[in-house]
Amino acid sequence: MNSQAKDRSQVWVWAEHYQEKLAKVSLGLLGKACELCQQLGGGEVASVLVRSDSQQLVAELIDHGSDKVYLANDTCLSPFDTELCTYLMTELIQSHQPEIVLWGATSMGREIASRVAAKLGTGLTAHCIDLYLDEVSGRRQLVAVVPGWGGNLTLKIICPHRRPQMATVKPGIFPPPQPRKRSGDVIPVEVKDRSSRLDIVEVVEERDETASLEQAEVVVVGGWGLNSLGGFQAVNELAQVLKGSVAGTRPALDAGWIPAERMIGQSGKTVAPRLLVTLGVSGAAQFATAVLSSKLILAVDRNPQAPIFEMADIGIVGDLQDVLPLLIDRLRAINR
Amino acid sequence: MPCDIVVCMKQVPHPDYLGKILLDPARGTITREGVPAVINPGDRNALEEALRIREKFSGRVVVITMGPPQARKALEEALAMDADTAVHLCDQAFAGADTLATAQALACGIRKLGHFDLVLCGDATIDSGTGQVAVQLAEFLDLPCITNVEQLTFENGRSLLAKRIWERGYVRVRIKLPAVIAVTDKINQPRLPTILGIMAVTQKEIKNWNAADISADVSQVGLSGSPTRVFEMSQFHAGRQGEILQGSPEEVVTGAIDRLMKLEML
Repeated sequence: MNSQAKDRSQVWVWAEHYQEKLAKVSLGLLGKACELCQQLGGGEVASVLVRSDSQQLVAELIDHGSDKVYLANDTCLSPFDTELCTYLMTELIQSHQPEIVLWGATSMGREIASRVAAKLGTGLTAHCIDLYLDEVSGRRQLVAVVPGWGGNLTLKIICPHRRPQMATVKPGIFPPPQPRKRSGDVIPVEVKDRSSRLDIVEVVEERDETASLEQAEVVVVGGWGLNSLGGFQAVNELAQVLKGSVAGTRPALDAGWIPAERMIGQSGKTVAPRLLVTLGVSGAAQFATAVLSSKLILAVDRNPQAPIFEMADIGIVGDLQDVLPLLIDRLRAINR
Repeated sequence: MPCDIVVCMKQVPHPDYLGKILLDPARGTITREGVPAVINPGDRNALEEALRIREKFSGRVVVITMGPPQARKALEEALAMDADTAVHLCDQAFAGADTLATAQALACGIRKLGHFDLVLCGDATIDSGTGQVAVQLAEFLDLPCITNVEQLTFENGRSLLAKRIWERGYVRVRIKLPAVIAVTDKINQPRLPTILGIMAVTQKEIKNWNAADISADVSQVGLSGSPTRVFEMSQFHAGRQGEILQGSPEEVVTGAIDRLMKLEML
């Protein structure tokens, strides 16, 4: 009876998981979903979980803010089958009509979200760096903040007439909220459409996601300025001393100093570590938008005019050859 | 068996000049004066892959773009790289399109082309980088789609085995043709246009199609077909100006470490 009105103010999160672990990006989205729900003046946060019978995952989703978990635990449904996931999500959205649906901008999430948006004829805003509700043209709606043109410009995007309002967010933008024990509803969902045009032949895991850049507490990132040192040796040393991960900018990738999965930038990874150290990075906008949410940024560069110093919390102006060996020595001494 | 391929392209600002695109605060528009335009880098990989498939199985490679009159240059370059023909979807009605409206226009254009076996796209553009158009195009063409593909193997001419990348590794997916595939820049090394290729461009056809030509419903394309709206644009500022330390290496390193310790970062 009143379910229609109630459904209207739901904020949904597509919950990704692999081997009994929820993706950090999905948990981060739950935190944001709770904020949006408050701004909506009430309403519910719901997550959609496929192909899992894990009580633990369900509990985790609830403890991170889900009031409801739509659970489609059907063995025919692989989270890698983007077609079946699309059918399921489209149908669920049509019958419950959430106000907002959020997805991680992951390989699979991006694909499913795009297709669902096309099926529903609604808008999807990609790679948001912030989301909030605001009064725009006399109506309360979701404002999605995205970097455009290589991060040089910041665009605010709305979806004024179609619902739901949908957005994807890269891993590393929103930190997972602190979980707390709470209760929620689990709603079993039946999978009706089982015929997919995709045949998932094999799923291969090569990297442990927990060892990935996005999960690192400390990240040391080198840029073109390391050219003066002839490469990345010092970055590796500093990362080792700080027990952090090594990363690089686009020029560092082009120079062959880092593999592609270690590149930070708009076309690469987004990170939000506790401490980010940049070495010889000028701080172009396309880099800046990918590190914005870092807690503390320490930058070393020789050019005092470099834009990196507009985004660093602590900036060191100096030649890397002079500063870096000294910095590494001192930090080693502290560790000892 | 021959394989007819459509390659979707977008003309974008040269990647080295992205930082030069500025906002004109008075008019709220962007200025891209002096910024050269190129084929979106990922779309070159899509074209290269198409050309390699043609070399193996024969067939035709058609490139298609939606864009303003100057986007023709991108098509000419694609023809110089050895594409067979090109289609330019060009109409004021297409302007201001978001990904959904872009996919609608491309779908109408591709339908008008008639027979094809495969649509190839680059994974994401460097200017907006949503990666959504290929998938939404597939939906409007009612075809299956795989993105993030870094290797394509033809199995028997009618089905493909794609190696698609995900966060922890890769997935092998089999898909029947026709299909839409979006490739990454790892899939190949795109060729450069040859002198002969450049000379041959004038002999090749670039079709100019407007909204009426492709029977596009004007309420479904361009700004009017776009569910999303950009309502504000601003120059990006990281804006977390902190403390800048200058002096001897000794001084700056000591200063930085003191501050890191105070903030309990070490």
